[in-house]
Amino acid sequence: MRTITPYDAIGEALAEEMRRDATVLAFGEGIATKRHDLVAEFGAARVRNTPLAEGIIAGTAAGAAATGLRPVVDLLFAPFLTFSMEEIVNSAGKLRFLSGGQFSFPMVAMAMTGAGWGVGAQHNHNVEAWFVHSPGLKVVMPSTAADFKSLMKASIRDDNPVLFFLDVALLHTPGEVPEGDHIVPLGKAAIRRPGTDVTLVSYAKTVHSCSAAAETLAAEGISAEVVDLRSLKPWDEEAVLASVRKTGRLVVVHEASRTCGVGAEIAATVAEKAFDSLRAPIVRLAGPDAPAAASWVLEQAFVPQADAIAVAARSAVARTLALATA
Amino acid sequence: MSTSSAVPSPATFLEQMTLIRSFEERSAASFAAGRSPGTCTCVGQEASAVGVVAALRPDDLILTNHRSAGHLLARGADPGRLMAEIMGRATGYCGGKSGTLHVSAKELGVILTSTIVGGELSLAPGVALSLSMSGSDAVVACFFGDGAACEGIFHEALNLAAVWKLPVLFVCENNEWQAFVHRRETMLTENIASRAAGYGIEGRTVDGNDAEAVFAAAAEAVGRIRETKMPFLLETKTYRLRGHFEPDDQGYVDKDELASWKARDPIATLRARLVESGALSAAEAAAIDRRVADRLDTAFAFAAESPWPSLDQLTTHVYA
Repeated sequence: MRTITPYDAIGEALAEEMRRDATVLAFGEGIATKRHDLVAEFGAARVRNTPLAEGIIAGTAAGAAATGLRPVVDLLFAPFLTFSMEEIVNSAGKLRFLSGGQFSFPMVAMAMTGAGWGVGAQHNHNVEAWFVHSPGLKVVMPSTAADFKSLMKASIRDDNPVLFFLDVALLHTPGEVPEGDHIVPLGKAAIRRPGTDVTLVSYAKTVHSCSAAAETLAAEGISAEVVDLRSLKPWDEEAVLASVRKTGRLVVVHEASRTCGVGAEIAATVAEKAFDSLRAPIVRLAGPDAPAAASWVLEQAFVPQADAIAVAARSAVARTLALATA
Repeated sequence: MSTSSAVPSPATFLEQMTLIRSFEERSAASFAAGRSPGTCTCVGQEASAVGVVAALRPDDLILTNHRSAGHLLARGADPGRLMAEIMGRATGYCGGKSGTLHVSAKELGVILTSTIVGGELSLAPGVALSLSMSGSDAVVACFFGDGAACEGIFHEALNLAAVWKLPVLFVCENNEWQAFVHRRETMLTENIASRAAGYGIEGRTVDGNDAEAVFAAAAEAVGRIRETKMPFLLETKTYRLRGHFEPDDQGYVDKDELASWKARDPIATLRARLVESGALSAAEAAAIDRRVADRLDTAFAFAAESPWPSLDQLTTHVYA
């Protein structure tokens, strides 16, 4: 299969959806500058640069979405979403409900985040949980080049506001992307590696760390199942519960800070709904409750790495054995 | 389609403004009697609402804010469904989910009401983008206050609308009050319309208590927007005669200032002028009052008798 970068996969998704649907348009901070192929094919009206003004970019997307267009907006870096919170959370997320269903907001807001570029906390902050907690929004964070494309296409076709987070560590690393019109439904997880002893649930770059840990664990006779959430809202509760009911052990891994992160919701849901299947305490591996540093070593230390995931998985398995022999 | 709206008669303005004023006063009385929630009334600002709305075509769209009753009623909203919405009843324009603060009525082209101050400004360019990309020459009238003009989004919205040549009539209803803060405490200049030049667009300040003057200015502005494809900033100078929200005793308002604006009440002034000039007989004036009272009797009874939303509405319309 051919390989392309997630960045190019997004470009393909935009082009295919703009070709398919004349109401799709894209605007944001430099999108017309960077994606001139889109400007060439679809014209300046449908691919627009904007001022560096995230509030009005998101607000304009919401206003356009409510009145017949399907905008995709590029807000560059996730921390800049603080300037767009009003428009995304209060308008796009709430005005369908408050208007009694008179309007819908089919829009996608893209933003980059995560360790990898040494840009520090004002350009690297995994804020996805903020939006997961806000009603009326959907949140997506892919881990593979193929998913960047097929989840972007699904997000554009969705009739709701979708936050689409781009992990910068993945963005320019080529991966396999099938040709053609593939859609991954929002809310559907992927089992990246089947296993029977422990479930590793993750999303974005830490999925790859989980897969690396699973490889190490396999050599030791521990069979780890790797679940890639792909969508954080809605998230695939069924897939996670099914996996934990099989393995009896859960390690949740993400780069975002620990407190009230997505992992907390997953851990709580598993504790509520699959308690009887658990054979060891749930473990959360997450970034610290601290801003991300720019320094390469500190930035990497912020993110749960494969070694730590393997240690957590081993101890979950060992803990069960200790209980069994007590 | 025509490029200008027919000039409404002054008596029509008077009746519309009387309806809006009576609606707001009855709503405030209903709150005081414990029958409905408190509202942000537009008492004193009626001329701005009827003048601007009369200058719009049916296919033009309106974005409003928490002081929305005038814009809605001027556009032809059913006062019964509006009061039902304020009372949180199932028959309201938004099924009772909006309440007084976020009333939208898509069927009237009154859309996307936001009560985050400045929220309407953030949404207007996108609505105008939809209109212009569809090939329509319709415009978006976006009503906001002097408070919203002090939000950062005011700058972002006017700048983007100008750069993208979007058909937005930005209507700043400068009522001198930003919740509990006087406008003079928040800005050094007298007029908000003077900021238009900074965005390379046209702007104008008009007496917001004179419905006919507002209509003339708005009609001209809308004509300029359709002709130039550029946004326009229209400032209507008016005054919030009641408090920010019911209840509010206005103890913080300068009594002389309030008295001077009461003397310029847009409804009393127009009515006196029409009666004195002979354009409106005493019997015709009384007939206006009677029609308004009858309509509102029916409307408030309809609202009060309307059912509450069913509890399953708690989680409907969250996602499309």
